[in-house]
This record gives sequence, C-alpha cells and structure tokens, in this order.
Amino acid sequence: MEFTDREVWTIIHGMGFGAVFLLAFAGGLAELYGMRPEWMTAEGMQTRVRRMKTGLWIMVIAVWLTVISGTFIVYPWYRAAPPEGTSDLSAYPRSLLLSDPTTAGWHRFGMEWKEHVGWLAPIAATVVAAVLTYYGPEIARRVGERRVVAIFFIVAFLTAAAAGAFGAFITKAAPVY
Amino acid sequence: MATQVPLKTEAPVQVSLPNGPAAAALLAGGIGAAVLGIVTTLAAASEAVADLLRWSQAVGPLSGKVGVTIIVYLVSWAILYFAWRGKNVNFNTVATVSFILLAIGLLGTFPPFFDLFAPE
Repeated sequence: MEFTDREVWTIIHGMGFGAVFLLAFAGGLAELYGMRPEWMTAEGMQTRVRRMKTGLWIMVIAVWLTVISGTFIVYPWYRAAPPEGTSDLSAYPRSLLLSDPTTAGWHRFGMEWKEHVGWLAPIAATVVAAVLTYYGPEIARRVGERRVVAIFFIVAFLTAAAAGAFGAFITKAAPVY
Repeated sequence: MATQVPLKTEAPVQVSLPNGPAAAALLAGGIGAAVLGIVTTLAAASEAVADLLRWSQAVGPLSGKVGVTIIVYLVSWAILYFAWRGKNVNFNTVATVSFILLAIGLLGTFPPFFDLFAPE
C-alpha cells in the first residue's frame, strides 16, 4: 500500500485543505445563525465571536490553500499534454477524458467548472471573515450585515462543494498518478 | 422569598462602528468574483486573451485568470477600505451591487455560459 507523490498532493488538496473547509461550514453557519443578542449574554457573545473568528480564519486559510495547491500543483499534472504518438493516456487525465466521448463531459463541463468556480470560495469566505472580524460582537445587532455575510458564506460553501464534488468524480474517472 | 434570577441578559453591544470598512470588504469580494467571471468568459471568447493570460505554461490561461482576479480583488479592497474607513455608507446599496457582481462571477465561470462565446 503506497501513494505516489502526485496522489499525496491530491489528497492534501482535496481531503486535507478542502475537507477542512467543507466540514467546518455547518458549524460556522450555526454559529453565525445563533449570533443574536436576544439569545446570548454579553459574556457568551464575546466567547462566541472569539471562537468564530478563529474558526473562520482557519477556514479561510484552508480554502485559499485548497485552490492554490489545486491550481498550481495538481492541475498541471492533470492538463499535461502527452508526447506525440502516446497511446497509453493513463498518465494524462485531461487527454484521457477527452479521448472518449462518454467521458469528455467530465472535462468539458466538470473540470472547466471546477477549476474556475472553486476560486469564488476563498474570496467569499474572506469577505465573511473580514466583516465578522471588523464588527466583532457588534455583528449581533447588525441584522442586515449578518444576513449578507450568511449568504456569502453559503455561496463560499456551495462553490467549494461543487468544485470538491467534481474533483472527486473526475479523480475516479481519470486519476492523477 | 426567592430572588428571581434572569436566565439570560441581553448583550450590551452598541451599534457604533462605521460600516465603511465592512462594506469595502463586501464590495471588493463582489468585484473579485465578477472579474473572475469576466476574464473566464473573455478567455473562452478569444484565443488572444487566453494567450495573454497564460502566465504559467504548466497551468495555462487559468494562471492569468486567477492572477488578474486576485490583484484586482486586493487592490479594490485596499482602495475601498481607505476611501470608506471611518465613514458610513448605504450598506443595502453596497450589498445589492455586491450580489449582482457575485452573480456575474457565478455566471461567467459556468461552462454552458462561457462556451456560448467560444469561437466555432
């Protein structure tokens, strides 16, 4: 049982950084939803905001590392062009997928969407962390701001989830060895 | 006689911070998202644009798309922050514009949309 260097990087990218962000989302959303002054004491609010700031910035770092490692480390292996005359395309996932009409959609839709939409996640997540860090406990009384931040947070999750899901499907169809 | 103890007290948090810096972060996020959608669509529509965005041969045009996006995102955030710090802005308007920009980002990065502009 062993992993190649490329497999290790795909695991770090998807099951490491990416999973941290996706798994932490539910907790973050629950914390944000519960951030209402009528539900909490002042002390509870301070504790919750401190915990949420820490959690959010960990998520932000994780999702930035996910897209950076995916784009600049794993993606070049995926899109590498095979030398002229290569018949075994198993080491060239993009070419392998495009060589068969039944799998070409994984690249033309799946990968093309994943490689772009994934980058919206860190931007949206950074907005959430920045606004919450700026307001601190005051966000509890800022109903409008809290709602806007929640929508950005959900967009960050959905875009990361779409990218992650297609990453898993594509890796199954044409792994990066 | 038993003393009544309140189960909870309302957090004494006052709305006092100007909303400018938060609005700046929000709008910059929208701008970043929209830029990604626009450059993605432009690269699909024009091979010349795609070549310009090929900052890394290994990564291809995606390197330039995300590079331009991050630069515009961070620069716009810095400009808006310094323009709006210490000020209150119309947050609802900023939020509406940010959502529209975010929608442009989502649309522009969706393959069935940007493929409409791809040359035959």
